[in-house]
Order: sequence, then structure tokens, then C-alpha cells
Amino acid sequence: MRIDPQKCVACGNCTYVCPMGAIYVDPVIKRATVDRDECVECYACYNGLSQEHLNPTIVRTMRKVFQFLRIRFEPEPDVCPTAAFSPEDLVWPRVVRRAFSDPRVPHESTGVEGRGTEEVKTNDVSGRVVVGEVGFTIEFGRPGVGVRFHEIQKMTMRMAQAGVTFEKKNPVTTLLKDVATGEIREDILDEKIMSAIVEIKVPVARTEEVIRMVWEVEKQVDTVVCLGVGTRCDENGEDHVVAPILEKLGYHLDRAKTNIGLGRITNKPVETSKQPEPVAAGS
Amino acid sequence: MTNTLHRFGSAESFRDDFIVFAIASRGKNEEEALPKLRRFLEMAIPFGPVNLGDARHGGALRPCKELNPSAHWNRDMTPDFQEVVKGLDHITTVAAVFDSRVKAEEFVKKVKEADMGLSINISTSVDGAEQCCHAAGINRHSVGYSLGFEGKTERLPNSQVLTLMTMCGHGMVASSLAKKMIDWVKEGRRTPEEAVTYMSRFCSCGVFNPARAIRVLEDSRHHTK
Repeated sequence: MRIDPQKCVACGNCTYVCPMGAIYVDPVIKRATVDRDECVECYACYNGLSQEHLNPTIVRTMRKVFQFLRIRFEPEPDVCPTAAFSPEDLVWPRVVRRAFSDPRVPHESTGVEGRGTEEVKTNDVSGRVVVGEVGFTIEFGRPGVGVRFHEIQKMTMRMAQAGVTFEKKNPVTTLLKDVATGEIREDILDEKIMSAIVEIKVPVARTEEVIRMVWEVEKQVDTVVCLGVGTRCDENGEDHVVAPILEKLGYHLDRAKTNIGLGRITNKPVETSKQPEPVAAGS
Repeated sequence: MTNTLHRFGSAESFRDDFIVFAIASRGKNEEEALPKLRRFLEMAIPFGPVNLGDARHGGALRPCKELNPSAHWNRDMTPDFQEVVKGLDHITTVAAVFDSRVKAEEFVKKVKEADMGLSINISTSVDGAEQCCHAAGINRHSVGYSLGFEGKTERLPNSQVLTLMTMCGHGMVASSLAKKMIDWVKEGRRTPEEAVTYMSRFCSCGVFNPARAIRVLEDSRHHTK
């Protein structure tokens, strides 16, 4: 993302709306500036700010007069008065920043917006997590901290070492150089993103083991982690298996996403269609 | 759209936060899904949602790329639900946000009757979703539990800022904007109703809950946690 210094009037509105805090008013040039290393290309500034198209010279003059008179103008805080933002053409590897940060852009690998995975949201039609299995979504960087891929790699390598199954229809899995080792391709390791989800699946019996592994790796990363645990309910809509394990480990199950099972397969059958298999580490 | 899962707060704090969303699965039921998704949104309107949105265009309040400067004094802050329905032009996740369990329950009953074949999820407290399912005579299919935030939690802001910013789980509501809005409400520079509209416009899939946000801002006026 770029801010046109010819247009910017240094009103400062954009400095508050950047989720990564990557925009600041440079005291030397007196214009808002993007710290390119911290910017994750989420487009929150470009997409979220409303835009006026005022004349920058007039706005700057008015601001100087108001400032001299110690008058505080109370403009709307979600407006760029001169439409100074312009997206840049992103090339590899920087383009992965946007893929993992701008939720409006569907992930190329899965066709899904947001973090790019359907998880148990479509479990009623996908059968991604069946009875006796547990699906984990281990998300890094959210909320508002961000993460670089070399931090995520610590988790993927630990999980691969334990021989878990990585979900194939997941954007992070597609960036693994080798699912057997959990290594992520080298050219993106230093790229910073808003967040990413490592998605794995294990038998219920391994639930506690996986959580303890997550706890172990969390201590080594410089970001926040959100853990989601997905399970298939029994025929009565109950979960008497996974919830007790989580509670035993000290978790309060305050919030959940509940798939209510109204989905069904409605696409016309395709003769050559083949269900993608999950990728097992070590296999 | 894991974005609704990891909202910050206790189960009790989700008493006015019920998100019902519809999603089609690639290769399973996305063919002909667009009119069904549009119908889902249309069906929600009579039940009084506090927000409605899709994952491509955002919620019922959206930024304007050609804002008239008079907006600084006279800005339309009315959510336009019909515009959300009309604007849906891609197969994507669509969501309706309710501030009461009763409204969500009634809507879920209606969605069940409609039998569209899309995957429907309820994101709220575990108990709240169970009650909605019970009221609609539905057995839960699958559950995705949020275990909250771990790791370097010292890098997170205070609980009120966290509550506001996690109402857009994709992280489009910046912590500094949420903090600024809390400060502005405390200073009397904006009402909570005005402050939530600014934050709401940044949420890119329309799951920001303005009713819950107003409650948080009213609370923060008296004490910052």
C-alpha cells in the first residue's frame, strides 16, 4: 500500500485504522507514511476509509490556520480527505501478505475468503471431521498482532514431527515445502501477515497430546495464538467426548461455532470428480 | 470465516450476540448457491438483525469512495439491509447478526423450513447455540469450540478494546481505532451509536455487532478495564 505524498495532508486519520500500526506521520516530510516491513497489505486503510476528493493544498492551508488558532476541527475519523491511498502491484513473495491479510480476497488454493478454510462450518456436507476425530485450527497473529511465517513454521514442524494429518484444503498446507517435515517454503518465511490457520486432524485420543504440543510451541513464538477445536456431535446432537477433555485441561468453553446440519450435497455429480485426501505428515 | 469464533468475552457477554451464517462448500453445493444465499439474507430482515453482510462487500454500513464533505455534519448512519441483499454478486459466506436469542431462534426455524441445502452455523455461546437448535427442533451436527487467546497475550490490548476489535475477527477493526472510539465516547465527542458506525464500516464481512459494541462503549464510559 502506498500513500501519495502529493495528496496526503497528514490529518492522521489513517494512523488509527491500521490494524498493524504500520502507518505514521513522518515528522520530516510531514506526510503519512507506511512502514512497508510492518504493513501486511490487509487493505483496511484503502477499503475501510471513506474517501473525499478535496484539494490537498486547500486542506493543508485550512489545517495550518486552524492549528495556529488552536481550533480543533472534529472531522469524521474514518475518512481520507484527499483519497491519498493507492494499492501497489504486489509480486511474489509480498503477494502472500495480502492473501493472508485481506479477507476479501479468496485464497487461490481453496477459493475461500477470509482465512481460506471451511473447517467444520461445512462439515455436514464435507465430512471433514468424522466421529472419533478432532479437527484443530491453530491460528497465529490474531487479533491485531500479526505473524511471520517463520513463527508458524515452528508449529508446523512440531506437528509434522508428531505425525499429525494436515488438512489439504488449507492455505498454509499448500505452502508447506514438505509435509513430512512441516517446513514452509523459504522465500516467504520473513513475510508478515495478519493471521494464518494451521489446520490438522487427529483421532480423539490424541486431543490432549496435541494441545500440550501447542502449549509447548506457544512459548517459543512472538505472537498470539487462538486455538479452535472442531468435533462431530453424536446422533443426539451432543458432544460428550471432546468437551470433557478440554474442560479437564482447564478451558472454559464460552464460545463455539455450531454447524446445525442443514447442508446437503446438491451439485450435479461429476464423473471424474475425486475427493482430495488429507495430507498425512510422514506419509 | 473463522472470524466469528474467537470473539473476546465470557459466555454471559454473548447474551446479545448471535450470528447465523450460511456457507456453500466448494465441490459440494456451490452450484446454484447464489440465489439461496440471497434468499437467506432476505429471510433474515423481518427478524430484526442488527447487522447483515457478506464476506466480499461487508455489512449494512459501508465506506463511501465518493464522500461528500457535508457528511462531516450530516452523515447517513442508517444501515441499509436491502442494499446488502442487492449487492450480493458472488458465492460467499453471508451472515445475519442478532442481539437476542429469541430473534435468532425464530430465524433458525425459518431457515430450517426453507430447506436450502446450504450449511448453516450459529456462532455464539455454546449454550446459546444449543438453545437455538432445541427451539428449532434440530440436533447439532458439529461444534467448533473457541479456546480463546494464548501465546504472547501481553501483546493484546485491554479487555474493552479487545471486545470491540474482535467483533471483526479478520482483524479489520484496529485496536487503536477501538481505543480512540472509547476515548471519544468518554470525552463526549461522539455518542456510542456514532462511534460504532465508524468501526462497523471496517468489518469486511458484516459480522460486527453494533448493539453489543454500544453496550461495551456505554460501559467503558464509566470505567475502563
